[in-house]
Amino acid sequence: MTDVLDPTHVHEEDHGHEEHHGPTGILKWMTTTDHKVIGMSYTITAVMMLVIGGLFAEIIRAQLTSPNSGLVSLAQYNELFTMHGSVMIYLFAGPFAFGALANFLVPIQIGAPDMAFPRLNALSYWLYLTGCLTMLSGFFTSGGAANFGWVGYAPLSNSMNSPGAGADLWIGALLLTGFSAIFTGVNLTATIFYLRAPGMTMFRMPIFTWNMLVTGILILLAFPVLTAGLIMLYCDRHFGTHIFSVAGGGVPVLWQHIFWFWGHPEVYILALPFFGMVSEIIPVFSKKPTFGYKGMIFATLTIAALSLGVWAHHMFTTGVVLLPFFSAMSLLIAVPTGIKMFNWIGSMWRGQVWFSTAMLMAIGFVITFLIGGITGIYLASPPLDFFTHDTYFIVAHFHSVVMALVLGAMGGLYYWGPKMTGYLLNEKIGKSQFWFLFIGTQVFTFPQYLLGLRGMPRRMAVYPHDPQWQFLNQLSTLGAVLIGISTILFVVNVAVSWKKYPAGDNPWDGHTLEWFTTSPPPHHNFYRLPKIRSERPTWDYNHPEHKALAHGHNNDGVNA
Amino acid sequence: MESTALPPQDAPIRKRRTRRLRLIAALPIAALTLAGCTLPKFGAVAGDTTTSQSVFHLWQWFSVLAAIIGGFTFALILWAAFRYRRTSDDVIPRQVQYHLPAEVLYTIIPILVIIGLFAATLVVENKVVANPKAPVTVDVLAFQWGWKFTYPGSYALVYGQTTQSPEMVIPAGENVHINLRSSDVIHGFYVHDFNFSRFAQPGILNEFTFNATKTGTFFGQCTQLCGLYHSLMFFRVKVVTPAAYQVWLKSFNTPAGIAAYNAATNASSQQTSSHVGTKPTSSSGAN
Repeated sequence: MTDVLDPTHVHEEDHGHEEHHGPTGILKWMTTTDHKVIGMSYTITAVMMLVIGGLFAEIIRAQLTSPNSGLVSLAQYNELFTMHGSVMIYLFAGPFAFGALANFLVPIQIGAPDMAFPRLNALSYWLYLTGCLTMLSGFFTSGGAANFGWVGYAPLSNSMNSPGAGADLWIGALLLTGFSAIFTGVNLTATIFYLRAPGMTMFRMPIFTWNMLVTGILILLAFPVLTAGLIMLYCDRHFGTHIFSVAGGGVPVLWQHIFWFWGHPEVYILALPFFGMVSEIIPVFSKKPTFGYKGMIFATLTIAALSLGVWAHHMFTTGVVLLPFFSAMSLLIAVPTGIKMFNWIGSMWRGQVWFSTAMLMAIGFVITFLIGGITGIYLASPPLDFFTHDTYFIVAHFHSVVMALVLGAMGGLYYWGPKMTGYLLNEKIGKSQFWFLFIGTQVFTFPQYLLGLRGMPRRMAVYPHDPQWQFLNQLSTLGAVLIGISTILFVVNVAVSWKKYPAGDNPWDGHTLEWFTTSPPPHHNFYRLPKIRSERPTWDYNHPEHKALAHGHNNDGVNA
Repeated sequence: MESTALPPQDAPIRKRRTRRLRLIAALPIAALTLAGCTLPKFGAVAGDTTTSQSVFHLWQWFSVLAAIIGGFTFALILWAAFRYRRTSDDVIPRQVQYHLPAEVLYTIIPILVIIGLFAATLVVENKVVANPKAPVTVDVLAFQWGWKFTYPGSYALVYGQTTQSPEMVIPAGENVHINLRSSDVIHGFYVHDFNFSRFAQPGILNEFTFNATKTGTFFGQCTQLCGLYHSLMFFRVKVVTPAAYQVWLKSFNTPAGIAAYNAATNASSQQTSSHVGTKPTSSSGAN
């Protein structure tokens, strides 16, 4: 045990795990400030939101199987896709990434006992849960839920065009989850800057933690803008201001600027955590270090910087933005994203690739994200955006991206779930879940690309004038059903594997600090810490003779 | 220990790899040569205006590059995953973390590709957003949930809601200048066969020009969510010969036509005077 050092970080040997008295059961979940319990609460809530948002999607897809379907009314259809988008973006993807997994993992990955501000962390979760309930409660108002799309473009979202309480609840929910996100951003940034264990320098942090740091900074830059915009919108609706109304001298397009100034960084706030997850999973299951570790970090920083200057590529067809600038900036994002892509491939290259469920999900992520990324390059070109804007081509593009994130999320759950619960999930069910999810995603998106190119606009409840779109829509619905089955398989897997397969501390021969502690980790995360001399302290401890090679050369393990 | 044994094995692998890379690079070039000048359509339509055909060609070249780069990367992913799948639990591969030449290569090449794409984008974009002199001007007003087409300098008026699909009549082979406005929320003016769309927004006048290459009726509809009947907000563009267009335009010069025009324009200008764009109605391209 010569590698165990620094008694200041041996928290639990002082008073022991059993001596940590506190409430148990439901009271523990309600009063906790432990980042792990909060992370679990986030995980469960976010997965429930994924299921609810998925149900909305299945209804939408069922409606579109015939050109004149009467399954839902036009009004209900508008509510459904608005809430599908809102639930998935605001309540699932973001909170799952920076609430659930980051909350659980970041302190452990840097060898910290908890987040920097545990009470603020608890507040974040409760604001988030309140936001979820607020948004969904729109369905129980007389006017129905919000129905102006998840982007809430003014002036459709003003009090004249959308008078219902559902719209106000939507705004309120976004304010709540927005503050939740801002507090989480504060917490992540402070934790990563100030609570790293001795030896954990910035360039020894796991890629996931690095990405969460950048995500945290992006949250702090972007979310306050959305919050301000929402307050303006609310004032327009209720206090007689005219910020977004032409009649009072306002400028409706200002909403789009504000929304997308948040919205495009938000895309990376959503994506970077999942990039981070995949960047952890692929090297571990290839038994190699992350290829191009530093390049990966600089790519993340570049993506974050560029993401603040590309918002108007969502507004090419408004005719009021400078096309060449935003086109060039948007195209440039392909470069750092490509670097990541090739680094993931490089991490597998000449490795020992183990096709566990987590690894399959990660490879599925890389392939699906490749499709979403390449179709994104088209959309950075204004002339091509003109003829695909607001068609199903866009819908297909961002569903390729977000379904890649879902694959990444599932990879993360299979990979880190054992650390969170102490038990592995069933690999057989997991692999069939992967195939349903992966194939379902492609069957779901490919017909949509074609539909977009054939001129089908998005947000169409009916398409009576062009029944030729029906077959492709049905194919897309089939894909959605396959994705639905994969989600059911996940729930079945959790039920079947419940406390069945003990994971042990390090089931995957992991690289980073979370695999050094117990599963689940004790109250303050560590009984002991290894020496941290690279970004793979656990690997170095378990395989001292297989340290990473600097620049492909044999050396004695010196890795500056 | 095994790392010392690896370098001799490395050499043949590397040779094989270069040969394979050369093959992969040769394939798309061969495909292009075979295809000659007729690139596949990649799912899009060639378009029935002059600018839409430029957009279509841009689309084709983007797609060719996407197919090459995407196909190459896809093959690389599958190769890396399957070629190097686990042989045994105990084998630990060489712990290579950096390969600077490769990293520089896959930074520089994408930058060069991006510069090329951006240059092509600029050329086509300048064509699409140019507003050349146009003999025909149409004022298009989008509203919940329909379209109104008026022709400055004439009494022509077409007006219709949802599935009535009002018809915008324009001559073939002539530049047509569109002044696009909205009287309430944001709408999207989209004609699939013209490979083009533009938002109609309250408070903003959007102008664009196109030149239809053939006669026929083209379907158009609103693409931007605008409320309850968004999915039924249709219109049509009817492209006729210039002579037929003049006949059509004059057919409104009847007492009934003039009265209808005055009634509609007065009513709508009172309703929407504060909503229309800031620029004067008679715009640059009009006669």
